[in-house]
This record gives sequence, structure tokens and C-alpha cells, in this order.
Amino acid sequence: MKSFPYRNPTRASWAEDFSFLNKSSEDKSDNDINNGEGLGIKGSYLKVSDLNLYINKTHILKNVNLEIPDKKITCIIGPSGCGKSTLLKTFNRLIDDTEGVRYEGSILVDGTDIFDKHTEITEIRKKMGLLSQRPCPLPMSIYDNIAFGCKMHGERKRKKLNQIVEEQLKSVGLWEEVKTRLNTPASKLSIGQQQRLCLARGLAVEPEFILADEATSALDPISSKHIEELFVELKQNYAIILVTHTLRQALRIADYVVFMYLGEVVEAGPADEIFNNPKQELTQKYLEGAFS
Amino acid sequence: MKFKFIEEKIAKVLMIGSSVAVFAFVLNIIYTIFRRGLPALNWDMISKIPAAGYYNGGGGGILNAIVGSLYIVLGSTFLGLLISIPVVFYLNVYLKKDSKLAYIARLAFDILFGIPSIVYGAFAFTIMIYLGMHTSLGGGILVITLLIIPIFIRSMDEVALQLPKDLLDATYALGATKLETIKVVLRQIAPGIATATLLSVGRAIGDAAGVMFTAGFTDSIPTSLGQPAATLPLSVFFQLSSPNADVQDRAYSAALILIFIVLIISIAGRLITNRFSKHKI
Repeated sequence: MKSFPYRNPTRASWAEDFSFLNKSSEDKSDNDINNGEGLGIKGSYLKVSDLNLYINKTHILKNVNLEIPDKKITCIIGPSGCGKSTLLKTFNRLIDDTEGVRYEGSILVDGTDIFDKHTEITEIRKKMGLLSQRPCPLPMSIYDNIAFGCKMHGERKRKKLNQIVEEQLKSVGLWEEVKTRLNTPASKLSIGQQQRLCLARGLAVEPEFILADEATSALDPISSKHIEELFVELKQNYAIILVTHTLRQALRIADYVVFMYLGEVVEAGPADEIFNNPKQELTQKYLEGAFS
Repeated sequence: MKFKFIEEKIAKVLMIGSSVAVFAFVLNIIYTIFRRGLPALNWDMISKIPAAGYYNGGGGGILNAIVGSLYIVLGSTFLGLLISIPVVFYLNVYLKKDSKLAYIARLAFDILFGIPSIVYGAFAFTIMIYLGMHTSLGGGILVITLLIIPIFIRSMDEVALQLPKDLLDATYALGATKLETIKVVLRQIAPGIATATLLSVGRAIGDAAGVMFTAGFTDSIPTSLGQPAATLPLSVFFQLSSPNADVQDRAYSAALILIFIVLIISIAGRLITNRFSKHKI
């Protein structure tokens, strides 16, 4: 892993770190963009083909082709408004709730097209644990936060629920901190604990993916580190897709990196390759902090 | 002294002035009710129905009106909640934020909010005639339900509008259908439901014009939905219309009882709200 001079991991700071590398930028030409040839990996788990997404008349995602591997951490990086979060929301079709949204193309998960009209939307979402930017515990007790999803999917036995709650809280390292107050409101936890609770809540419904949308950006450095460590631990069992603004975070934990710009996948591949030897000029400039 | 500090002082004086004015006004009303009502208040008032000649100074009490009012309030609050919660849920979870239908519905409820209760009374009266109903407890519950539904919906809706998008997304992400999010939504808007209920109960118990045509007035306690029912505001009205000063004083004690009922419901409501809102994010 590369090391960079440590600073408070805020969005702006990495740009400063790289600022000495700034060069004059050139206009990007269409040739610069290879429209994402996938990550060049076998056994991809989620496959995006020719995805175009429009909201009203605006073309948000342009011809995205992408493969996401299982049991790895894939970081989606790119400047604000490049469509990272939209892409993530498309994976579990939360984007459906947006007014005027329209998409073309396909996303295959385990060989099932999630846009197929026979595919049950709840099943897709169950497969994709979501961790949002700000932790969003359900308005319930700590216990019920974890048990809610399981109950919803038909688990009624108290004993089994207790077991799941304990197991999941342990898996995110929260059990020791909360085991004596499982019935207190989740909103009483610290923000870092809440985020771990949200992760545990997602894991309780047995997903295959973990989608994280800048999951650490609202957290303090220590909580943020904790979550990152969890991701590294959890990748043994899940495919983790991380949208991040913090390049340093991507450097620390990503196995694969997808760089997006203005709704297009500019470059995608193993983290080492992207960070050390980016093929596209745009990627290079972004990594150097020329634009954000 | 700098101008902004003088400005601050003046603003503060004005704020205190308005608060004192409102408070004095409320105190004055309460004082009048207590001064005239308290001496006339006795156990008979709340335990007996009017005896013959009650409105000319005869014995008895207003148990008929107390029970009638409670029946109507409980019935209409229950029905109102039953109808309003699905509406609020539909407006906020099923319809998109910029939905035309939601806009029109909210506008309509705002208008309904401002319609005087006598109009509801007249409207319900025509329905009752059409259905061949007499003035009855059922009719009273019907009209008060109509009256409080806009209050219920708009005050719950204001709270539901603040529902964090992230919270719904988080619930969907667990594989919930829209309907399954109701458990989360209800818990999150619980304080709003409680406030809406308190407002509605206050409006329901204090309404005189709506129930005049529909519930009627009677000296006996209704034993079925088909019988007419007395209500406290009308009881106050009829007693106040009496030329007899003693009967007028009883009107004030009826008002006192009404205030106490509202007070008890409000305190209970606050306690329940606190209990329910502890999980709110």
C-alpha cells in the first residue's frame, strides 16, 4: 500500500496533497475515454452492459460497461456530480423512485437482469446491503434495527432473531459496546456506532453485495478507520462496492478502481494499475488533483 | 450603545409584550369560567342527567352532554385516524415529491381545514336526510369525523414531509415493499400523529355548530348510534341562553368540565407522545 502524507481526510485536502503535481490541463477528447472495458477479471459478479440512464432529458450515465468482482472491494471514484452515486443507486434500483428516470441496457447480478420485469425488486435490494453517507438507523431500538429486516423476510422465531442480532452486532464489533442496552433507541448511539449498526442491519438480511455511498464521509477519523477495517474484513464474504470522494481511502482499501467522469466510466481496473499507471490522461489528472 | 443592541432590546420588549397579552387573555377567560362556574359545580353536575325543568333552574346535571361529547370525540378520532393515516402514507410514500395529485390533495385539505363547521353540519345533514337518518350519535360522529380529517391529514402531513429520504431508502434497501415501510414511517411520525390527535380532539370536543343539526340534543344518554346525543358545547349554549342567572352559572361549570376534559386528554397525549417519540431519529 502506498503511503501519503497524513492529513485530515476531508474532500479538499487530497487535492492539496497532489497540488505540486498540477500540470496545465488539456481539453479532453472523446478518444480519451474507452467507455469502460470492465475490470478484466474473471468470475465477475455484477455485470453492467451498455447502461444509459436519463433523468427527464438529462443524460446522467453514458454507456456504462462494467464488471464488479466478488469478494473484492471495488471503489468508484470521480469528481462530484459524475454519476457515481447514481450508478450505485441503479444497482439496487433505488433510482426508480426518482421522478422522470429512464434507463437502457442491462445489469446482470448472478446472471439475472435486474431490469427484467420479472425480477422482483425487493429480492434485488435484499441482495444489496446499502450504507448511506449519513448513518440512518431506523426509528427503533438497537435490537429491532437488526431484527426488522429478518422479521420482514419471515423470520419469526425469537431465538433465531436473538442469534442473528448477536452475530451481526459481533461482526461489526458493536456487540460488546451495546449488549447491555439492546432495547435503547438506536438514535442514542454515537454517529460512528450508528454507521456500524446500519452495516449490521444490512448484513442481517444476508446480502451478497455491500453498497456504500461515501459511507465514511460523515464520520470522525477513528470511526471512519473502523468502518474501513470492517470492509477489508467483510470482503471475504461479500462483494463490496464503495463510492468515495476520498482518494486516500480508495488507495488504502480498494482492490479494483472505477474512475468516472461526467457520467462515463473513463477507466476501470485493478487498483495498483489505476493508481500507478493510469492509461487515460483524465484519470492521471484526477489523481494528481487537477480537477475535482 | 450600538443601534443593534437597542434594536434587540426593543424586539425583546415587543415579544414579551405579545406573550403577556396572549397570556392575560387566556387567564381572563379561565378566571371568568372559574369565578362563575366553580360555585355552581357540584357532584350532581357530573353524575346526573338533567331533571325536569333543569333549564329553568331545576335539579340534575349534564352527564348526558359529558357522555355524548366523549362518545363523539372518541368515535370521530378513531374514524379520523383510520382514514387519515392511509391518506398521509399514500401522499408521502407512494406519491413522488412533485406529484400533481399530491399538490391538489394538499390544497384541497387546506381549503377543507378552513371551512366552518356549520357547513360540515349542513352537508352531513343533507347526507343524513338522503340516507333517511335522524339526528343521532352516529350522525354526530360522522360530521365531526369529516371536520377533523383535514386537521389530522394536514398536521400529520407536515411532519411526514420531513421524513428523511435516507430513512425510506434504508428501509427499501433491506428489501421492503412500500407497504412494509409503514412500520418505520409510523414510528418516525409518531409525534406528529400525537399532535394531530390532540388538535383534532380539541376541535372535536369544542364544536357546537356541526353537531347541532346532526347529533341533536337530548336529556338522556344515548345507548345506540341511532339515538340523538347531547354535547357539552350545546349544553353550554342552551344553559347560557337561559334568563335564569343560576342556570347561566351552570353553563360556566359545563365549560369548566369541558376545559378539564381537554386538559386531561392533552396531558395524556403529551405523555404518550414522549413515549412514542423516543425512537425518532
